[in-house]
Amino acid sequence: MIRLFNNAKYDFIKWRRAAFSLTGAILLVGLAFLATRGLNYSIEFTGGTLVQFELAKRVETGAIRAALDQRGLHGADVYNFGSDTSYVVRARLGAAASEGDAGTQAVADSVSRALDQVAGTGQYQIAQRQSVGPKVGRELQGKALMAILLSFVVTMIYLAVRFEWRFGLAAVVATAHDVIATIAFISVMHLEVSLIVVGAVLTVVGYSLNDTIIIFDRVRENLRKYRRQNLYEILNLSINETLPRSVLTHGTTIATTIALLVLAGEVIRPFAWVMTFGIFTGTFSSIYIAAPVLLWIEKRWPGEDARGARTLGARSPVGTSAPQSGSSSVATSAPRTPQPTR
Amino acid sequence: MKTIRGRLIMIGVLVVASIIALIPRNVTQRVIDPHSGRMKDTTVRRLPINLGLDLQGGIHLALEVDESRGPVPDCADAIQRAERVVRTRVDEFGTSEPVVQRQGRCRLIVELAGEKDPARAKGVIQRTAFLEFRIVDMKNLFRDVLPQMDGALKRAGVKSRSAAPSAVAQLFGDTSKAARDSATDANTPGVLSSLLFQGSMPGEFLVPEEQWPLVDSLIQRPEIRGLMPRGIDLRWGAAAESRSARAYRPLYAVDSRPIITGEELVKAVARRDQVTNGSIVAFQLGRRGARVFAQETARHVGDFMAIILDGKVQGQPPVIRSQIGANGQIELGTKPLQEASDLALVLRAGALPAPLTIVDERTISATLGADSIHDGVIAGIVGVLLVIAIMMGYYRVAGSLAVAALTLYCLFTLAGLALFGFTLTLPGLAGFVLSIGIAVDANVLIFERIREELVHGKSLRLSVEEGFLHAMNAIVDSNVSTILTALILYAVGTGPVQGFAITLIIGIIASMISAIFVVKTLFLIWLYRRPDMVTLSI
Repeated sequence: MIRLFNNAKYDFIKWRRAAFSLTGAILLVGLAFLATRGLNYSIEFTGGTLVQFELAKRVETGAIRAALDQRGLHGADVYNFGSDTSYVVRARLGAAASEGDAGTQAVADSVSRALDQVAGTGQYQIAQRQSVGPKVGRELQGKALMAILLSFVVTMIYLAVRFEWRFGLAAVVATAHDVIATIAFISVMHLEVSLIVVGAVLTVVGYSLNDTIIIFDRVRENLRKYRRQNLYEILNLSINETLPRSVLTHGTTIATTIALLVLAGEVIRPFAWVMTFGIFTGTFSSIYIAAPVLLWIEKRWPGEDARGARTLGARSPVGTSAPQSGSSSVATSAPRTPQPTR
Repeated sequence: MKTIRGRLIMIGVLVVASIIALIPRNVTQRVIDPHSGRMKDTTVRRLPINLGLDLQGGIHLALEVDESRGPVPDCADAIQRAERVVRTRVDEFGTSEPVVQRQGRCRLIVELAGEKDPARAKGVIQRTAFLEFRIVDMKNLFRDVLPQMDGALKRAGVKSRSAAPSAVAQLFGDTSKAARDSATDANTPGVLSSLLFQGSMPGEFLVPEEQWPLVDSLIQRPEIRGLMPRGIDLRWGAAAESRSARAYRPLYAVDSRPIITGEELVKAVARRDQVTNGSIVAFQLGRRGARVFAQETARHVGDFMAIILDGKVQGQPPVIRSQIGANGQIELGTKPLQEASDLALVLRAGALPAPLTIVDERTISATLGADSIHDGVIAGIVGVLLVIAIMMGYYRVAGSLAVAALTLYCLFTLAGLALFGFTLTLPGLAGFVLSIGIAVDANVLIFERIREELVHGKSLRLSVEEGFLHAMNAIVDSNVSTILTALILYAVGTGPVQGFAITLIIGIIASMISAIFVVKTLFLIWLYRRPDMVTLSI
């Protein structure tokens, strides 16, 4: 029988300051990217025209760009997509010389004419074409933001009902961290923000919550089971107990996202990147954000589960240990640990 | 044993139902017969899972009421009526299973799978197809007010030099600036009348092709509109005509009141004219329409009648020689027969209540779709193999039970998609692959719990029992939260993203059934058949 992290007794919570500093530093870098470079929105959000085509032989993207310039289509992005002979021309509204709904059609036509010139008539195949009006783009931006915020609210309500509001708040803080980290990652990787990617961000939200809930569920159970342990110990114990499950589930999920990343083709790749990153950050935040934040909330606004949370300072309590496993009688096997005083 | 039998029967029912839901079946599709060009029904045998446009190729259009030429008071009502018309049109268009549905209040979604000619499809869908017959201005009411119109334009400060050289200046071959200035100052030719040449019938005027945008802007001016004779409208011809090697655009002054509109039309077919070999659309009016038409044409024998489609006069207005009954035709000249049959199609389907504009358009080729399916399936298979390797390597026999449940999970999910008629999109496919990784989570939770119970020194059977029991809380809470976010995605998202959300939700429900119920049953069988077992391979 293989056992990973069996009877692990790591003091995760002790490292919370270091973890906060680390994630803070990473987030700062990401936000710096976000501030300077912004996000690479797809035309679904900006409005505009996208033409994906397949050429019989390789052509420099510069030549295509020059031909587009000749047709009066300035500022369009031209790039390879997937393979050497597959290209995408993307003209956002506003960036290109086109405005309004009629403009997007004109862009599609001038791309076709430019291709006739560069590759020769009939030497190319249009794989897909998309024109989005400005109104639809604006609507989608609003909807995407709405979806993420709505998911926070719904989760907080659900957790407040199933657990307690403090747990809900801690879970949402951890998840908000994941959303910010994921958006920063998208900016650093310069991934195109399409509807699919927004879907991936929301899936990360679901996955991260899932992970946090598994740990909190164990916390809830252990709080009932070990009446004399303080919250700090209960949190550590719960994280350690769920560690094998975390490793296994992340293993299987990462296996599928990597399969998608490598094999599922160019369209799905940004989605797979976001999911892969999101699973890492989701795991990290469940352990290092959700649990310490719960501790902090219980310290500020103590609830009935805030055992010893108030007395916790920078130092960890002496002799933190998981209760002896293998014993069903609870109270005797979990000696009360001495609390440090400030 | 009794519980095991009951459980097995349930699983059997689920599996049989899923297989039935997935049996390839005959689907009726309307396709165009390549020989006759008519629509016909064919039956195709295929898996009953609908593929999204991104997987099979096709056209996706989002349409809204076009308000660029004036506001439309009730867009929801207009879209609702447009939906009926557009559906009739695309049903005859020749794509299998076209989708026409309203999205929100004022948007119409049209999806044509496998359609290769987006321009033609857009033409057929967007055409307003408002047909009307009007008598031309036989009394020359418009021509008589032209001098007044010129005067009004002059008072408004409109000079003909503000645009291209006037007709008179061109006659003298003098296009220099000074000459043009003197030409207007000499006040002989009017600004508007100098651009209009009398045509071959009353109410017909020819405008040089390059001048027609200018004339169009002039006749839109409030001064001119105010001076229009009562009961007379201006309508442009649909196409330029060439007279003595120059292209002219005809402008017609017609009665404001149509003698009849396309609403009365009951039948329209495209064919070739036997004599001229041009394309024509022959139409037939209903009984009421035919009576009105006969009455009106009898009153107007000798007059010219303009056939106006979407505000443009089609061809040269023919003279009414005698009373006309139920049948008539629209001549399209040298245009291809395809165009005539498209026109006949839209006339049969009826006019749109308001012009539509395309706000979102997506065309995906069938090859790209096929590539996406291929790549997605490969990624899915590799993902599943990796998950199987991890589960069986770590949990051994228990892991293989989970893997067995995983195959049922795939079956249930696909059956769920088929049963509820959901469409599988590319993001949906990715969501399905991803959900395989997440589907085993419930089993991981249960197995870890059983191990813990075993470590606590509980008996084998009790450990299994309590492992399932104690893992339930965490499984339910975590899955409900995922379903909640997926529901939000579904509510807020569009098209492909909704497909992703649906696949995720069905996947979670299927995984609850397979990971909890099926695996528990397998455990029970395992324990029943090996009563002497002391160590669990988990």
